[in-house]
Amino acid sequence: MSTIVFLVVLAVLVLWVVGAYNGLIALKNQVLNAWKQIDVQLKRRHDLIPNLVNTVKGAMDFERGTLEAVIAARNKAVSASGVKDTARAEGELTQALGRLFALTEAYPELKANQNVLQLQEELTSTENKVGFARQLYNDVATQYNTKQATFPTLLVAGLAKASPAELWELEDAAERAVPKVDLSLNKPAS
Amino acid sequence: MSDDANLFAQQEANRRRSNWLVVGFIIFFAWVGFGGDLAFALLTADAPPEAYHHLVPFMGLFATAAAAGICWYAWRHGPERVLWATGAWEIVEPATPEQKQLVNVVEEMAIASGLPKPRVWVVPDDDPNAFATGRDAGSASIAVTEGLLATLSREELQGVVAHEMAHVRNLDVRLMTLLAGMVGALALMSDGMGRMLRTGSRGGYRLGGRGGGGGKGGGNPLGLVVLVLWLISLVLAPVVARILAMSVSRKREFLADATGVQFTRNPMALATALEKLSAASAATRSITRGAAHLCIVDPSPGLLSSREGFLADVVASHPPIRQRIIRLQGMGYQQVKQQAAAG
Repeated sequence: MSTIVFLVVLAVLVLWVVGAYNGLIALKNQVLNAWKQIDVQLKRRHDLIPNLVNTVKGAMDFERGTLEAVIAARNKAVSASGVKDTARAEGELTQALGRLFALTEAYPELKANQNVLQLQEELTSTENKVGFARQLYNDVATQYNTKQATFPTLLVAGLAKASPAELWELEDAAERAVPKVDLSLNKPAS
Repeated sequence: MSDDANLFAQQEANRRRSNWLVVGFIIFFAWVGFGGDLAFALLTADAPPEAYHHLVPFMGLFATAAAAGICWYAWRHGPERVLWATGAWEIVEPATPEQKQLVNVVEEMAIASGLPKPRVWVVPDDDPNAFATGRDAGSASIAVTEGLLATLSREELQGVVAHEMAHVRNLDVRLMTLLAGMVGALALMSDGMGRMLRTGSRGGYRLGGRGGGGGKGGGNPLGLVVLVLWLISLVLAPVVARILAMSVSRKREFLADATGVQFTRNPMALATALEKLSAASAATRSITRGAAHLCIVDPSPGLLSSREGFLADVVASHPPIRQRIIRLQGMGYQQVKQQAAAG
């Protein structure tokens, strides 16, 4: 009799371990997947920027500083690696782009240009996609981190080789806020 | 309200409520299907051994088979039928900036929800409206009217598309497809059984069994009660089914608003979009009653969609738009408050 009870308890335990382990692995894969999605969107964004700069270059010749800042930020973002580095570089790129978009508002011929409008829509969408991919990544990563740190899943975390995923945090309050519209001309970008 | 404004709590509450409604629907369905069999079984239980005994619930079995057939058809062909009926065309290669923007917004929301990108359709209609249909996330379609594209800003469009993506993610599209099938099946059953009973009693065929038992003390009183109750519900079945389906639909609208905001984190955009949609009060002609429960706002807004109160609570497919806007604004204020506290 006691052997049967022992076996039943053992079976339940094994089933639970298998379930918890698989749950953790599934979440881990979701985190990796979400990160890959961010990567795809970032790459798209990096590919779009030279296009944009070339299109507006003619009309905005004397805004060299802003354009160069965008290109510099883009190159820095392309070569960044790791969650923290990428997050910082991409944040700077977002701000540089924000300044560029704000400046284009002052050029009626740019605002009327179909190519520019299309590129702007593409970039807006890519910005959004980066943002939403980041949001999804952070949500899934938080779920994963909570799961592996709380009892009782905590017990199989080592078995599943689970380690806390790094969150993509926004660098500073300035980035959280809406980009400031800056229409002063000839102002070299910092 | 402050509890309701909490996004995740609201989702949880809505999910629980609509689960209960679906359970209620299935119980009602079973009663309409098998109640008559129960009544006849009780009535013929005391009959002499050689008389008819109603042991096999063939009416219920037949009804179940018919309902399953209708639901299966709705499952297989419902989404295509809905899209076809509205005259929608699919955006394969976006031609205009507006279409490109729509496709972009749908892609953004697919990323935010972590689902595959649904197919995008445009309904040639000037009234702003949108709906989602499909069986699951893999086969989903989102359709918007031309009027919607012309009326809304990018952010508002995003809010509306997020609402539709939420219907896809919460599997509302599946639930509503099945509910539509069930409502149809119940209407058919009510009609068919009523006819069967009438011809049956006239020919003295079906109720003859009870007559045989009647010689032995007027039959089983419990059986008579069950029979009368069943007949009443048979008559009322189509109405009750409709009320239940609409009630599930309304809960799902609040849930989709909440889930959509979880995708965009921008409740105010959806709130202003809804204001614009309700201001354009003309009916969406190309969307028929059959697809009404799938739309973001009721396509045939009579007096009901703007009214609150009992009648609207019972028969409208959508909750009053005012209530939805107020809930969204509540979420917006909470968000602002949290941001103010955080930084």
